[in-house]
Amino acid sequence: MQIIANPGIKKTMKIAPDKSFKIAIASGKGGTGKTLVATNLFYVLKKNIDNVALVDCDAEAPNVMGFYNNYKFNSDYDITLKAPVIMKEKCNFCGKCKEYCSFNAIFLIHETIQVVYDLCHGCGACFFACKYGAIKEKHLKLGKVSHYSNGKESSIIESRLKIGVLSSVPVIKASINESDKNQICILDSPPGTSCPFIQTIEKADYVVLVAEPTPFGLSDLKQSVETLKTMNKKYGVIINREGIGNFDIYDYLKFENINILMQIPFSKKIASCYSKGDILVDFMPELQNDFLSMFNTIIN
Amino acid sequence: MEIAVISGKGGTGKSCISAAFATLSEKIVLADCDVDAANLHIMFNPEKEEEQIYIAGQEAIVDYSLCDNCKKCIDYCRFDAISYLNDKIVISPVLCEGCELCMRVCPTRAIDMKQNDKSRMHSGKFRNGIMVYGRLAPGEENSGKLVNMVREKAKLLSKSHNLKTIIIDGPPGIGCPVISTITGVDKVVIVTEPSISGINDLKRTIELTLKFNPKIYVIINKSNLNNDISNHIEAYCKDIKVEVIEKLPFCSSIVEAMTNCKSIMEWEPKSKIANKINMAFKKITNN
Ligand code: SF4
Ligand code: SF4
Repeated sequence: MQIIANPGIKKTMKIAPDKSFKIAIASGKGGTGKTLVATNLFYVLKKNIDNVALVDCDAEAPNVMGFYNNYKFNSDYDITLKAPVIMKEKCNFCGKCKEYCSFNAIFLIHETIQVVYDLCHGCGACFFACKYGAIKEKHLKLGKVSHYSNGKESSIIESRLKIGVLSSVPVIKASINESDKNQICILDSPPGTSCPFIQTIEKADYVVLVAEPTPFGLSDLKQSVETLKTMNKKYGVIINREGIGNFDIYDYLKFENINILMQIPFSKKIASCYSKGDILVDFMPELQNDFLSMFNTIIN
Repeated sequence: MEIAVISGKGGTGKSCISAAFATLSEKIVLADCDVDAANLHIMFNPEKEEEQIYIAGQEAIVDYSLCDNCKKCIDYCRFDAISYLNDKIVISPVLCEGCELCMRVCPTRAIDMKQNDKSRMHSGKFRNGIMVYGRLAPGEENSGKLVNMVREKAKLLSKSHNLKTIIIDGPPGIGCPVISTITGVDKVVIVTEPSISGINDLKRTIELTLKFNPKIYVIINKSNLNNDISNHIEAYCKDIKVEVIEKLPFCSSIVEAMTNCKSIMEWEPKSKIANKINMAFKKITNN
């Protein structure tokens, strides 16, 4: 096994020094150990490289900071959406804005006109449509992006959706953009294969899929792989909780010719360590090399 | 009566508990609303009696024979979906939200909209009633609307087949598909696990659920993985007057059952955990 210590690791990196390299940790279904992998990979990398960021893109359930409460809060800012405000005194009730809105967010009967903010995507079509200057725009709060650091060069960026807001996409996008200054970024991706997942993966140079060797795990893995294929992304798989379930996943990976990057055994020790918000490699230092060699495979 | 089973975070064992609820004595309608990662059909292998197409939004496409590169669309698109690459306009299907604004501003009418029609909804009989499930095609949007469609179908089937209970297996998170899952249901069961992330997600999930006023029940799954945190969760729930109806121990038979495409009620009906789930369900349906 290859053990690489600082600063040798930098020399072996084949990535452009001026561009940030983003690794997304993802899984079709939640709870497969995505956050476990992301927090530990970050832990191992920041010991070896400067300028690493961990981005919590799971804006609906951000949990990364639970593992790093020694990181100090730096700054945060609100993510907003520009939504229309209709000024009744100028409105002619012509209905053009309603016609232009593709999301049925404008409600109009007779002389009652109202914006249903839950449905508004902030696209600006209504603003463009109105010929009477009756629409102005205001900022609606969707969530927050926060920045934490430990004084050195590594940082944690967290996206957090405001409760009751429907779409986490704008918040996720902002958190990833925020990480562009960092050389290596680990993106803890949201579960599933719909918009929040796609938005995260879209920005990634490499995707690590974490899967469980069970029938449910395999079905979700297949769906994620199909998605990544259509997006032309490079990816590999970590099997977590190795030892439970059955062997079907191995047949599938072999058939599809997909690289197994690492296997994490099933153990109660790991589960209980994770439950307390502890970093696993502190308790199982042997895993450190596994994470490092996985990183080497990824960047090369 | 609609009972939705949700969890703020994935991997708490939500689907295994929904599956157990779905295989108790009473015949039911099972609605898999985890449309992003629908799984229960693997366990129950329902008959595919009906398939419906679900239109998951639309995306803009350019007709290059009409486009004269004025780039007006780039200025208007608020989702950064349009860029100018290698001397032509390129619209990213991933970033496009389908708002139609570019189509409307284009002076040469070079942009048209295309419907996303790869998502499906299926329904059919399974061994303990009827099952409805949606499958969102990868990367498609509006999962909340597909959830609504699955719930509507489940309600229709529950009427026509005279099955009074609908069990909904919900998606993870607190965003749009979850909101669609719990809007207007009678009862919400939140499955959590004793970990730091578990508690945080539980708090956010309860806060969201309270906005919709259903009866809320919490189940702490794998409770013995960390007894301290389990107790902490119980105390927290007591504080905010949300009932913890059951604490289920960590149990490897649940995974064994799933590996064999069975719910725990079918796999080990006499086990302690099966009994506890049964009791919990009785409590949920009786008050
Ligand atoms: S900004 Fe777009 S989505 Fe919002 S109301 Fe106007 S047209 Fe509709
Ligand atoms: S339809 Fe709307 S989101 Fe899509 S490219 Fe056109 S302006 Fe952008």
